[in-house]
Amino acid sequence: MSKPLLEIKNLHAGVEGRKILNGLSLEMNAGEVHAIMGPNGSGKSTLASILAGREDYEITDGQVIYQGEDLLEMAPEERAHKGVFLAFQYPIEIPGVNSTYFLKAALNEKRKANGQPELDAMEFLTLVKEKMKVVELPEDFLKRPVNAGFSGGEKKRNEIFQMAVLEPTLAILDETDSGLDIDALRIVAEGVNRLKTANNAQLVITHYQRLLNYIVPDQVHVLSNGRIIKTGGKELALELEEKGYDWITKGDAVAA
Amino acid sequence: MSTATDTIEGFVKKEYKYGFITDIEADSAPPGLNEEIVRFISAKKQEPEWLLEWRLKAYRHWLTMKEPRWPHVQYPPINYQDIVYYSAPKSPKDAPRSLDEVDPKLLETYEKLGIPLRERERLAGVAVDAVFDSVSVGTTFKETLAEKGIIFCSISEAVREHPDLVKKYLGTVVPYTDNFFAALNSAVFTDGSFCFIPKGVRCPMELSTYFRINAAKSGQFERTLIVAEEGSHVSYLEGCTAPMRDENQLHAAVVELVALEKAEIKYSTVQNWYPGDENGVGGIYNFVTKRGLCKGANSKISWTQVETGSAITWKYPSCVLLGDNAVGEFYSVALANLKQQADTGTKMIHIGKNTRSTIVSKGISAGRGQNSYRGLVEVRKSAIDARNYTQCDSLLIGDRCGAHTFPYIDVRNTSASVEHEATTSKIGEDQIFYCNQRGISTQDAVNMIVNGFCKEVFKELPMEFAVEAQKLLGVSLEGSVG
Ligand SMILES: Nc1ncnc2c1ncn2[C@@H]1O[C@H](COP(=O)(O)OP(=O)(O)OP(=O)(O)O)[C@@H](O)[C@H]1O
Ligand SMILES: [Mg+2]
Repeated sequence: MSKPLLEIKNLHAGVEGRKILNGLSLEMNAGEVHAIMGPNGSGKSTLASILAGREDYEITDGQVIYQGEDLLEMAPEERAHKGVFLAFQYPIEIPGVNSTYFLKAALNEKRKANGQPELDAMEFLTLVKEKMKVVELPEDFLKRPVNAGFSGGEKKRNEIFQMAVLEPTLAILDETDSGLDIDALRIVAEGVNRLKTANNAQLVITHYQRLLNYIVPDQVHVLSNGRIIKTGGKELALELEEKGYDWITKGDAVAA
Repeated sequence: MSTATDTIEGFVKKEYKYGFITDIEADSAPPGLNEEIVRFISAKKQEPEWLLEWRLKAYRHWLTMKEPRWPHVQYPPINYQDIVYYSAPKSPKDAPRSLDEVDPKLLETYEKLGIPLRERERLAGVAVDAVFDSVSVGTTFKETLAEKGIIFCSISEAVREHPDLVKKYLGTVVPYTDNFFAALNSAVFTDGSFCFIPKGVRCPMELSTYFRINAAKSGQFERTLIVAEEGSHVSYLEGCTAPMRDENQLHAAVVELVALEKAEIKYSTVQNWYPGDENGVGGIYNFVTKRGLCKGANSKISWTQVETGSAITWKYPSCVLLGDNAVGEFYSVALANLKQQADTGTKMIHIGKNTRSTIVSKGISAGRGQNSYRGLVEVRKSAIDARNYTQCDSLLIGDRCGAHTFPYIDVRNTSASVEHEATTSKIGEDQIFYCNQRGISTQDAVNMIVNGFCKEVFKELPMEFAVEAQKLLGVSLEGSVG
């Protein structure tokens, strides 16, 4: 059996002396889609940030192995070059920086790091036009500064557009569905599905079963108090939607 | 030559009185400033009597003035008697023979800025055939310009060759009484450029091209005078992105522009004087008076500046909009990193009817830099229907720097419309992380954000310079984050 793409082993992390992740373990193989669900404040975005390399968090124990390498040792941009992509729960605005320029720089940095030739302006534009279809993003978005003045839903869609261009090996989608209207949700979800291959993996954080109607996960994990307390198939999401989290988190509290 | 002799004679008579002897053959004057020194400079330059008189008046006026203390900058007192006010240009014998003899740090910066190899030699002052090269190229340019009747030479040469023109315009925009540093400059200036575009002529090239190839080391007290006659047009570029070092700490230049009816002058500056170390030690003090007079109707003067160097910058390129329908513009990027202090901005003085001015100021503060925008929009009673638009943006990088704005508005005519917009933003860690996550390094992310912030100004620069200016900002901001 081949090695997992991502192995999170007993991860403990916190911020300013406050513990957020308490022994989280998770394994993902290439070609898989995993969903993470869990109450507000349970640590989902923290996990996503730590995987992406945000420095605010202190790792007190545990390991993260990505493609056989220690992920936590790498700078955030190095992780990006190696195919880690985070679709932010709250995408950041960068006024003054043109979206096309930004994305071209991002893609070319990645290509450079992987020994591929950089794309010139024309090649990039061709690529971008094709990728815009994935999320049906209007072309004029590319002329605007990164996320500046975008509506909440537009920002989310833009994240998936960037994902389409950067073709990550490990994509972490942090509540990409929240804030999207019904049509946008379908478009984005279908876009994400189209980007799925046998060589990449998607870690989808969500509160709503609804998304998982479109993006069908191989596994669903429930995160509570910084640990995964239950893992199941896609039917677990339905069960959560029906019963809420109490029935498992209570058991967790007793067990802990 | 008789005037020169007179001057020397006068000089010789006086020197006894002061018990002080300066050899006219000497390469440099002793430190200190007095009338003898002013005479010495004038004699060295073989100047006509009127100019010596003008210098002396300026000097005497300077003695009555006090150094301004209102700028938002701090520095230890300057001892004007410690400064050497005249030293002859270094002989080629003292110049480095090849790039191997040049400070490796300087070379590294040239490399980063992508300056072509040939040009690096020239910039570093290497005394090889680069000199011959520049002379021949320079001569070609000069011929092209001469065909059109354009005069472009050093101010000293202009005083000798075109005294009437110089006499007509020198000090008409910035009189020696204007301010402390302008008075000082008027008394002791030794270097600078003169440019005259005759009626109806469009200067066929960016004067930068010529200037960059021929640039002499700019002096400590530079004096520049540009006159554009009716309907003429010129774009002039001063400075360069390559780092400039100078053993002289105080620089007090004066630039005067005169635009007659329907004339247009575009003046661009890239200033990259040595900023000093993290503590501001050793950096240049750049106290500059720049002013343009839109003398004729429908004339236009446009200042674009990218200020990244100097320990202290004190500079307000201004426009006096005298002619009806005259247009004044000021586009500025000022960076204060390390312990740099910049107090810069502009003055737009509306006098003529229907005059218009635009001010776009972008201040970037990083490290422990302090950046102040200081701007005056003055609308006189005569300026019916005057309009001004001011946009003044500050960008902060880190927590130890500062941005300040001091806008002054003085409107004496109710038909005027004056608009002022100001923003302050900070490069946030969230933005940097977002870029990092997309594979862009922190340095590149900062550059990208800074360049985005400055692009309204960069687009006003001559094309090739805009690219260099971008790189320059990048290099100047290296290590400012993380
Ligand atoms: N930088 C930080 N400083 C202080 N507290 C933090 C920080 N980051 C996260 N936390 C805290 O850690 C806990 C987990 O936050 P996190 O954002 O990971 O939750 P989440 O599961 O993504 O929640 P939601 O479903 O609301 O998005 C919260 O209590 C949060 O306040
Ligand atoms: Mg979250």
